[in-house]
Amino acid sequence: MTGRQKLTAFTTIFRKEVTRFLRIWPQTIIPSMMMMALYFVIFGKFIGSQIDDINGFNYMQFIVPGLVMMSVITNSYSNVVSSFFSTKFQKSVEELLVSPTPDYILILGYISGGVARGLIVGTAVTITSMLFEPLRINNIGFVILYIFLTSLLFALAGFMNAIFARKFDDISIVPTFVLNPLTYLGGVFYSIDKLPSFWQWISKLNPILYMVNGFRYGFLGTSDVNVYLGFAISILFIVMIFMSNLYLLREGVGLKE
Amino acid sequence: MQALSISGLKKTYKNNTSALQGIDLTVNEGDFFALLGPNGAGKSTAIGIISCLVNKTGGSVKIFEHDIDTENDKTKTFVGLVPQEFNFSVFERVLDIVINQAGYYGIPRDIALERAEYYLTRLDLWHKRSEPSRALSGGMKRKLMIARALIHRPKLLILDEPTAGVDVETRRQMWDFMTELNEGGTTIILTTHYLEEAEKLCKNVAIINKGKIIENTSIKKLLAKFEKEVFIFFVSGMAGSIKPLSSYNIEKLDDMSLKVELSKGQNISEIVDHLRHEGIIVETMKNRSNKLEELFINLVNRQ
Repeated sequence: MTGRQKLTAFTTIFRKEVTRFLRIWPQTIIPSMMMMALYFVIFGKFIGSQIDDINGFNYMQFIVPGLVMMSVITNSYSNVVSSFFSTKFQKSVEELLVSPTPDYILILGYISGGVARGLIVGTAVTITSMLFEPLRINNIGFVILYIFLTSLLFALAGFMNAIFARKFDDISIVPTFVLNPLTYLGGVFYSIDKLPSFWQWISKLNPILYMVNGFRYGFLGTSDVNVYLGFAISILFIVMIFMSNLYLLREGVGLKE
Repeated sequence: MQALSISGLKKTYKNNTSALQGIDLTVNEGDFFALLGPNGAGKSTAIGIISCLVNKTGGSVKIFEHDIDTENDKTKTFVGLVPQEFNFSVFERVLDIVINQAGYYGIPRDIALERAEYYLTRLDLWHKRSEPSRALSGGMKRKLMIARALIHRPKLLILDEPTAGVDVETRRQMWDFMTELNEGGTTIILTTHYLEEAEKLCKNVAIINKGKIIENTSIKKLLAKFEKEVFIFFVSGMAGSIKPLSSYNIEKLDDMSLKVELSKGQNISEIVDHLRHEGIIVETMKNRSNKLEELFINLVNRQ
């Protein structure tokens, strides 16, 4: 395939993915906004009003970046895992497998769809948060880079989950038992400075902590960890998972007999 | 030129099922080739390997002299596949399914639209273009898969039971379309359980059973091997039993019809004369058996 043909193949997959999640927007966009609005009301306003400031910010201000990041992670991941698994389940993935579309274009097409959904939902949740608290941005570059890298990373992870999944239950196991615990324990609702040193050390093994804090730094200018380390961790995982996905596709794992 | 050249092709699945035991097969450019065999014989596995949906265990496959292992991208552009099972998204619109497939081959959207209109119109699906694929009937779904497989104008079209479960009219429409494609230069490999379909459309045939090719010849040569035919005679003037005719097997079905078995070298006019002598007039007759079907059963059972 020529470069132009590859671009056509990529835009075809990307367009299909975006059309798919926009067509079912009540299932893909609205629930996260609703959920986060509830978090803002209950944790930010009702409970947050009884909590002291953290690093000089009220609780509502503190949790907004984490909740935006949580919705980005969840949506980027679930978009790719559900979409790619559906194509496997319906066997429509064969449309791609018989075509000369290179494996890396296939991956890029699907994860771009996941990133697009993550960014749209992240933006929608940010706008929702502005109903409760004025938006404050310390460093727009950090905000954009962190939200992009994080959604890319979790879209790739969702793709890997879809490759291995054999039944619908398999696409909910990782979000339920890995992703959600890591996200909730990734400093969305608290600063790890408040934890005992042992739990601080344990928390620092959680890569999501660096993403949440890096993103929060972009908004508030405060972080529990080195924000540049977060970039390095994100890029490292992105490269590792992308290469793994390429290998799995080339070997036909979960796709070819 | 050979459209397809398979050499020593083997496939053993993880559960140790040996689906293909080293088959050799060639299909020439422009051929209309039938690949026949009972269920589980290895046809779909072979097709899966040719179209890169199944990993082979051994052997080689060349498509228009390009190896699928070393020139995978190139060989994929030559092949159009109509699989046995429906394999499109039930939520997507008919037109989107065809246009997207073109996109996966790098065909720009404007060209894809033109081609989609041509093939969907030709297959009588254009008026359904905006409907989700799940709303189509079984026959329409089969035609949609044909349109999708043709969108990149493949030189080799593989049809895996394309007319399974479609009504007679649609089947004949599809036969005409396949013949037209073949006459236009597209090499076609057809698998089917309707053996009259293979007999009507195909020039050459291979029969596969238990992962081995047990026959590979032209349809004409295969049919020439046929040793026995069964005719039904519709008669008048028949009352009571019929006097037997030596070496001929004649069986009375009812007062109006007879079943007559005719072996190679036997003359049908001898039977007609014999019946006339008995005062029975043969009004019409028809060949009851499908020759290819009987040959197929004989070959497969013999193995």
